Amino acid sequence: MEDLSLHILDIAENSINAQAKRIEIKIKENKEKDLLSLEIVDNGKGMDQKTIERALDPFFTTKKIRRFGLGLSLLAEAAKLANGSFSIESKPTKGTKIRATFQSSHIDTKPLGDMAQTLVTLIMGHPEVDILFSHKINHSQYYLDTKEIKAQLNGLSINSPEVIGLIKKNIKEGLYNLRRRK
Amino acid sequence: MPKLKIEDLVKIKEKATKTTSLREGGPYKTKITVHMGTCGIAAGARKILDSLMKEIEERDTKDIFLTTSGCAGLCSREPMITVESTGKAPVKYIELTEEKTKEIFDKHIIGGNIVQAYALAVGSERAV
Repeated sequence: MEDLSLHILDIAENSINAQAKRIEIKIKENKEKDLLSLEIVDNGKGMDQKTIERALDPFFTTKKIRRFGLGLSLLAEAAKLANGSFSIESKPTKGTKIRATFQSSHIDTKPLGDMAQTLVTLIMGHPEVDILFSHKINHSQYYLDTKEIKAQLNGLSINSPEVIGLIKKNIKEGLYNLRRRK
Repeated sequence: MPKLKIEDLVKIKEKATKTTSLREGGPYKTKITVHMGTCGIAAGARKILDSLMKEIEERDTKDIFLTTSGCAGLCSREPMITVESTGKAPVKYIELTEEKTKEIFDKHIIGGNIVQAYALAVGSERAV
């Protein structure tokens, strides 16, 4: 994976495969602590202790279509290379929380990449899932909640090209302003 | 504000249902699926989806349904898309780039002619 936004897309696709109806994606940057953290929290079917233990094994997958599952192990590896940490918390029927941290200034910390594109890709493919995204840099924050957007749409589909275009613009501008405000 | 007449409401509802069903998988002409598994994402599937979204927006076509799916089991041939036109067999395109995707959009999705050079031969999924 070239950047962190692609890892996030991949992990969120895992959540959707686990029948999540709501996914929270939280990015936090703390300049003082030189820390970047990602959190992906879903309300999908969750994993039991045995599955969590095997989840980081690249040769484990719940899928039938191929015999290995690389997504989580790739993110864990990316965090490890960047002097960071990785954790999974999960309970069957409750959901899963994935957390990865990175040392911001570390040479092996991947760039964040295009979060706007990751979010619209998720909305386009899974309009029925609610996505809550927040990006915090020190004390400033940008956030987007597709549940709020859906409530304003008056029955219009959230994945119609016009709406997707607006959402993408909003995220791009929001994140640009966030960087300037820091 | 003048009151809406019942006939107007019926018309609006009909129009809305028609547009929604087109977009949610109803009687659209073509369905494009971008395979967005770990393998697809790592190989550049997000860029492919982005270029398809741009094409649809630029041409303002309403009868194309664009969506994503998981891994199709051909990880080494990603990025892939599946194009399904009403009444025709689905076609899988493999090892895509943005340029190839644009060409497929022009020739197949708009023009109706399969771009054989980028397509996986029909029925060859087992042989790979």
